[in-house]
Amino acid sequence: MVSNVALDIRFPSDVQQIEGVVAQVVHRCRECRFNGRQLSLNVPVALTEALSNAILRGNGDDAAKHVWVRAEVSEVRLVLEVEDEGDGFDLEACTEDPTTPENLLREDGRGLFLMRSLMDRVERFRGVGNVVRLTLHRR
Amino acid sequence: MSLQVSRNGDVVVIEVDGQLIVGNRQELKQKVLDEAEGGARKILVDFAGAGYIDSSGLGVLVSLAKRMRELGGDLRLANLNDDLQTLFELTKLDSLFQIADTRERALESF
Repeated sequence: MVSNVALDIRFPSDVQQIEGVVAQVVHRCRECRFNGRQLSLNVPVALTEALSNAILRGNGDDAAKHVWVRAEVSEVRLVLEVEDEGDGFDLEACTEDPTTPENLLREDGRGLFLMRSLMDRVERFRGVGNVVRLTLHRR
Repeated sequence: MSLQVSRNGDVVVIEVDGQLIVGNRQELKQKVLDEAEGGARKILVDFAGAGYIDSSGLGVLVSLAKRMRELGGDLRLANLNDDLQTLFELTKLDSLFQIADTRERALESF
């Protein structure tokens, strides 16, 4: 993560926290003149997916654990890192195509697909915990 | 998110106001299932006041659509904004749901 961090939030692993965290990141992106579509669709949906994965899968929906969000926002790009206390996952292996006939009627399996569709880049690596990094360039 | 339920003939209209995401999707699910248990077979979810939807919200809609079809009914959608339309197209869920531009058109379609 580059040193110019605009947001650094650590919060208990609870899905009710998601909207508030997303609102803070969207607010910073609005200040940096990201376009309307990025503010209303790309950023909130992709970040919600990353937070949801971190809370429910990474941390196993355990409210005693925490999620850490770091965001660097500029007029060039948004770089988000979402870190949980889990063991991580294989991004490629876990990304399914929810649009195939056999997957279309499934209730789950769209999160990583949406994240990757709505961001310019999605990476996963080990930090202190499991980190998902999302990058979106301002257009 | 808040939900407003009204009736138009035999169609139950549920207006979604705000985000439909992982933290609140069960509210919509329970509301539709309660209506179905009460005998409703035509459900219209109106997104005119909605914000964004995440994969959990989309999943709940898929689950409810399947359940309504099992019961011999249908769940249809109206008033998707451009962002929501994009989500449905990306996931190809626009092929699964009957989606109307307006509530009136949706009501006429039942």
